[in-house]
Amino acid sequence: MGIGKSSENIPMTLRLTNTAKTFPDGTQALLPTELSVEQGEIVSLLGPSGCGKTTLLRIISGLETPDPGGEVWFDNDNVTSLPVERRKVGMVFQSYALFPNMSVRANIGYGLKMQKLPKDEIETRVTEVLELCQLENFSMRAVDALSGGQRQRVALARAIAPRPRMLLLDEPLSALDAALRDTLRDELAVLLREFHITAIFVTHDQDEAMAIADRVAVMSNGQVVQSGTPEELYRNPNSAFVAGFVGNAMLLGGESNGAALHLTGGALTLPSDGTGFNVFVRAEDVQINTEGPLSGQVETVTFLGTHYRIGISDVIAGVLTATYSGQNAPKVGDVVNLSIEPEALMLLPEGESGQ
Amino acid sequence: MFKSKIKILQLFVTLSACAFLFVPTVLSVLAGITANYFKGVSSGLTLKWVFKVWELYADSIFLSIGLAFACLVVTLIIGLPAAYGLARHPGWLSRLLEEFISLPLAVPGMAIALALLQLYGSMKGFRASWTFILVGHVLYTLPFMVRSILAVLAAIDLKTLEEGAASLGASPWQRFRDIVVPNAMPGILAGALTVVTLSIGEFNITWMLHTPYLKTLPVGLADSYASMRLEIASAYTLVFFVIIVPLLMAMQWASARAQRISQ
Amino acid sequence: MTNRTFVLACLAPLFIFSLAFLALPLVRLFVESGSGDAGWAIYLEILRKPRYINTLVLTVLVSLATTVAALVISTTAGMFLSRNRFRGRGTLISVMTLPLAFPGVVIGFLIILLGGRQGLVNQLTPGHVVFAYSVVGLFLGYLYFSIPRVLLTVMAAAEKLNPELEEAARTLGASPYRVVVDVIVPGLMPSLIASGAIAFATAMGAFGTAFTLATDIDVIPMVIYTEFTLSANIAMASALSIVLGIVTWALLLIARSLSGSTVAAAG
Repeated sequence: MGIGKSSENIPMTLRLTNTAKTFPDGTQALLPTELSVEQGEIVSLLGPSGCGKTTLLRIISGLETPDPGGEVWFDNDNVTSLPVERRKVGMVFQSYALFPNMSVRANIGYGLKMQKLPKDEIETRVTEVLELCQLENFSMRAVDALSGGQRQRVALARAIAPRPRMLLLDEPLSALDAALRDTLRDELAVLLREFHITAIFVTHDQDEAMAIADRVAVMSNGQVVQSGTPEELYRNPNSAFVAGFVGNAMLLGGESNGAALHLTGGALTLPSDGTGFNVFVRAEDVQINTEGPLSGQVETVTFLGTHYRIGISDVIAGVLTATYSGQNAPKVGDVVNLSIEPEALMLLPEGESGQ
Repeated sequence: MFKSKIKILQLFVTLSACAFLFVPTVLSVLAGITANYFKGVSSGLTLKWVFKVWELYADSIFLSIGLAFACLVVTLIIGLPAAYGLARHPGWLSRLLEEFISLPLAVPGMAIALALLQLYGSMKGFRASWTFILVGHVLYTLPFMVRSILAVLAAIDLKTLEEGAASLGASPWQRFRDIVVPNAMPGILAGALTVVTLSIGEFNITWMLHTPYLKTLPVGLADSYASMRLEIASAYTLVFFVIIVPLLMAMQWASARAQRISQ
Repeated sequence: MTNRTFVLACLAPLFIFSLAFLALPLVRLFVESGSGDAGWAIYLEILRKPRYINTLVLTVLVSLATTVAALVISTTAGMFLSRNRFRGRGTLISVMTLPLAFPGVVIGFLIILLGGRQGLVNQLTPGHVVFAYSVVGLFLGYLYFSIPRVLLTVMAAAEKLNPELEEAARTLGASPYRVVVDVIVPGLMPSLIASGAIAFATAMGAFGTAFTLATDIDVIPMVIYTEFTLSANIAMASALSIVLGIVTWALLLIARSLSGSTVAAAG
């Protein structure tokens, strides 16, 4: 075991079996979970706070031990009882956790120093990583003289410098302000692919998860509820929770009678028999259309630059949101007609725990 | 393995330190209620030493309590407006004044006492009265009162609050009474408890300033340690603990509360 | 009354009080120190006469030993108490902060109960072990005084350490020992320097404890006391007070600039 040539070139696989975590106070932070990650795959653990995603990440890193019975496998090594300092994972922390008593260079070289590499090799490797992360100009700075974005890159460089078997990132963008977050999100997606490394990152932001990950595992109440590519999750959510969390789908309610859904504002055609299903739709699939079968009254009109967001009452029990990107947006108080394509409706089994 | 060994070592050090601090306290309490400490607790428990202490030293206990309250009144009268003045008038002059009145915290009490003795020692009426000791206590406790209030005032946006009150027609005095004092209350409370606790326990200055007719509680303690049997000295220490420990706990509670507010 | 006069009026009582009872007496103390037979050369005499220089050396040595011991013990205990949650933790912390309100005399008496002729150690051991009135007793008394103060400072600093820093070091392969050296000690350093300076300054100036225990030991506060009361050498007592005062004040100034907290230097 160790960082040989092979592990540099061929990223590892990760396998978790029956991994659960109960804290001493009795809280079940993680229910028994199975998770496999392929070589070089970038997986995001997505979910609201308290869903167990950070606990899962900490179990993978070795900062937490799973309940008895759970196992963590790196390739063909069972690392369940291996302490964190010998697991050879790189981790980027939410606060970045840069050592304030060390320069940027010393921070990045720390992991290599712990491997007891010769001084000149450490120098060479740190310089390499500095270049890769475009930090050459900041190498001798104190860490508290860096901007948020630079800190994030130093944290990433420090995690990657010892050539870990896997990279773990805990909410790596949440400490940044909103304007910077969008730019750095795309930058991070590019960098992670340049590293050729298996990576797992935790986030509560669906845009972030979709932009960066090859595969997203949506978590809720201590378990993975659905895992798939961003497109799969968006188009075919398997539960009301996923539909709501990924892409903000709205529950239409109403009563279904065969292939027709009767709402306060009219009736819709369903793609199939809706009995026993809840019907969801996304705002971008609700079209304002004079021929539409539904009608309602405009409550709110919000201009968002690229489009308008329009809140319409009297269609469903609550307010139905539609997006409108034309020039002549309806006014508050207007009565409008709406249509929704049957293919845009998502039928999800009833009895699912909602949000 | 390494980690658990470290934990055991840490626990050992913690418990040893705790024993070092606690065992003598327990010994002193025990000695104060044991009939004959030389023979041990088996000689029976008694309150007679405590009564004896009351007989011998009740005056010094009352003097200390009286002094502590007088000290509280004076530190409030001087400290509360001063803290407000320092908060409203920040600058190098205020910093210097604050630093200067804090000298008695840093300079050993006997140096302060020597200085007072040399300047006022010849004024017999003042030298022999309890107010001379009071001056020493106020010097020592005043910085705690000022800083405690100042910390709370610095945390609230005093200037804006006062400007708001002024725009509604409040005079400087009304603003002080209606805005400053109520908002400074947690700091005043913490400062007051600190002043009383420190005044009751003050020895270094008091020992140099006291006269044979004016002995405070800690001066009496030193006296009993030097000249009384161990049981009486212990019983007196026990009486001191009974007074000071609740005050300390109240002080810590009030200070933690004031600190939460000033964050 | 204008705003400015009101604020100045608020500061007036403080100004008058500290002028009359602090500034003027200190000036008098300083003038007095130069009024002896030796004149201002009295400050040189402190360094020349063996009695004073030996006292100075002994006081510094005992204070240094106290500082080191208090730092080691309180840092270990403070880290343990702030990093572990267990039953009885609150009680331990209360017991260890209780002595904060004990004046030096009381602490001296507690050391006598531990190491005096009727003390616990003498009763429990077969030999004749009395250490209360020696330098060891004085050291233990100062230690008793300093442990709670350093402990509180360390615990406050330990609560503020970001636990992710330690975790980061561990993910990078650092052993528990390296985590202490590279993360915990640097993180606590300002507090350690500050509380160390406080422990040193309080031990230098401690009078109450020395008064009870150091009947035969020459430490500066005791020498000042005897010069003043027994030898009536007022000039020397004043000069020593000023030297001692400047040393402790300077140390605490450094301490406060590093930690930003107010700590009493009573002893």
